[in-house]
Amino acid sequence: MSVDDKIVQDFVNNKVELVTTVPCKQLAGVIDKIDACKDIYHIPSNKEDEGMGICAGAFMGGKRSAIIMQNTAIGVTVNTLATLTQYYRMPLPMLISYRGELGEPVACQVEMAVHTKAILAQLNIPTYHFHHEDDVAELDKILQYTFMCNKPVAILTDASFWKGY
Amino acid sequence: MIRSDVLKALIPVISDHFTVCNIGLPSQEMHMMDDQPTNFYMLGTMGLSSSIGLGLALAQKQKVISIDGDGSVLTNFGTLPTIANNVADNFILLIIDNGSYGSTGDQPTYAGQKTSLAAVASACGCENVVECQAEDAVETMKAALASDKMTIIVCKCESGNIPVPVITMDPVVIRDRFMTEMAKRNA
Repeated sequence: MSVDDKIVQDFVNNKVELVTTVPCKQLAGVIDKIDACKDIYHIPSNKEDEGMGICAGAFMGGKRSAIIMQNTAIGVTVNTLATLTQYYRMPLPMLISYRGELGEPVACQVEMAVHTKAILAQLNIPTYHFHHEDDVAELDKILQYTFMCNKPVAILTDASFWKGY
Repeated sequence: MIRSDVLKALIPVISDHFTVCNIGLPSQEMHMMDDQPTNFYMLGTMGLSSSIGLGLALAQKQKVISIDGDGSVLTNFGTLPTIANNVADNFILLIIDNGSYGSTGDQPTYAGQKTSLAAVASACGCENVVECQAEDAVETMKAALASDKMTIIVCKCESGNIPVPVITMDPVVIRDRFMTEMAKRNA
């Protein structure tokens, strides 16, 4: 099974019924699979904080949700994570492309990569880093953990994990 | 009429529906005038009332009214294309447009100058956009609720505020009683 299929299957098995996405080149494959999945309502967002608002609403309406986004957006969603997702104790799996790591061709991406884990740590957001393809095996448990503890949880997925970007 | 007058007039019509109340004075005014389990008060996160409301409406069947402001919609302009392209007929976005950032001292917004939020919403693809004056808010809301169509209401009113206490409820309590009521009605 491809990594993309495994991710979508884990979402479905964990009853994630709404996924919002802001695209990244690394995430193009999984976003296509999300869009094609009949068990998931795919709602593209124009900005990540907007997507987190939609996820908050879906959660309060009784549906599990998730966001797929790029790590650069961690810089623009700090307020939303702190004052909405965390303040109201809501679960939010965040599947994040970790641009600016080994194999990155675009220098500017490194500028946010060096802040990504520090910001997540500052926010006390549980953070997992998928570097090898086999790391995807943990996703199912990470999703269970997220919905158990009602917290935002970050899954950083780098270029080595995606076998390129 | 100022925003609090509009909300006061609307309460008999919207009180029994689920509302997402915008950060600052709109939440505080709703809390003071008509505290209900069906009210979700935003204590932070400017701009996301419409996004939270859309997510709620897409996830379940009860009608959801997001009470938003012109300044907050300007902050989260990307919400309008998302709403337009993900139609939820149980969703009403009420933008109370007083042309100012009321909660921060009535600084003027661009919506009170050249920018028409109704025209922007239409340009974004929203199909049922109604601009009304404050005096017509009740009839406009009644019509939107009766239509069973996703509707964007831009309600123009005067700038100004009344004194209201801050909300001291715990956010998890706000969220939990809202979700409990939502689950009860959807059962």
